[in-house]
Amino acid sequence: MSTTTTKSSFWQGFRDGLPFILVIAPFSALFGVVATEAGLNVIEVLLFSVVVIAGAAQFTAIQLMMDNTPTVIVIASALAVNLRMAIYSASLAPYLREAKTWQRALVAYGTVDQSYALSAAKYEAEPDMTTRQRLAYFSGCLVPVLPLWYGFTVVGALGGKAVPDALALDFAVPLTFLAMIGPMLRTLPHVTAALVSIAAALGFAWVPFNLGLLIAAFLAMVMAVQCESWLERRQKT
Amino acid sequence: MSEHPDLWLIIVALGLGSFGLRFMFTGLLGNWAMPTIILRHLRYAAVAVLPGLVAPLVLWPSATDGQIDPARLTAAVVTLAVAMIFKRVLLGILTGAGTLFLILYLVA
Repeated sequence: MSTTTTKSSFWQGFRDGLPFILVIAPFSALFGVVATEAGLNVIEVLLFSVVVIAGAAQFTAIQLMMDNTPTVIVIASALAVNLRMAIYSASLAPYLREAKTWQRALVAYGTVDQSYALSAAKYEAEPDMTTRQRLAYFSGCLVPVLPLWYGFTVVGALGGKAVPDALALDFAVPLTFLAMIGPMLRTLPHVTAALVSIAAALGFAWVPFNLGLLIAAFLAMVMAVQCESWLERRQKT
Repeated sequence: MSEHPDLWLIIVALGLGSFGLRFMFTGLLGNWAMPTIILRHLRYAAVAVLPGLVAPLVLWPSATDGQIDPARLTAAVVTLAVAMIFKRVLLGILTGAGTLFLILYLVA
């Protein structure tokens, strides 16, 4: 819609981002609790959330740090979880060519699952949007999400010390990961990736420095694409 | 437990790395198309890492010194199933945690 103003694009983004509050707040509070249990203080936990803003990668890093994994492997594994951000970046790039570098840098910082999913859908549905409107919509999506992500990490970090041991918090991270994996299993190649990843991670558990996980991830990606190609070939014939 | 000695290095490296991944195309390589074959593989990165990360945690939980624990295993299955069927992350965590507490309470 070429009639949409920059201001209304912002508010559209804001409204579209609002429902994510329900997910973001408890999720980031849980990170605060878990990171505090792992020995981080409030400032460290908050910085983690401000600098990295990627739940899955943050949980991955904390879990591996608790297992005393070497630093390089912690970083490599958490970044591997975040590789999807490069895809988001590639997919948003054509829409933001005319934006200034600092604007694109801000978009890059704020590229998270929610802002990406909303914006990519919006840009595709309304190709007539101006660059200003696109940027406004993107910032609108982030306004309900980012402050809560920061804030509830602190709430979790402060409240975490009050959580009694009986609550079996040791299992909070595995359950969180499993719940994140569930919706990812949309297609056969995704299920293949998950199964190969599990089998290889268990099979290579003896490899030192948790390197088995990276081997498993590599094999899982290769097998998923193989499965995808196989499905395509089968469809054609 | 005590703090990881390289905590700050990890935070900084993850921050720079995550920003780099996000800025790679929007900022630096806007006009360069990544080879399709790499893009296809990257789409599966998250679902290739997370299951492998979680599998040993579920099978050999630290709380039971690496022994298979029926309560935690059941909770894990419930969480995954609920999250997969309803596509709701939070609902999965809550039902899974509820299952775990219920079983631990009943057994104790």
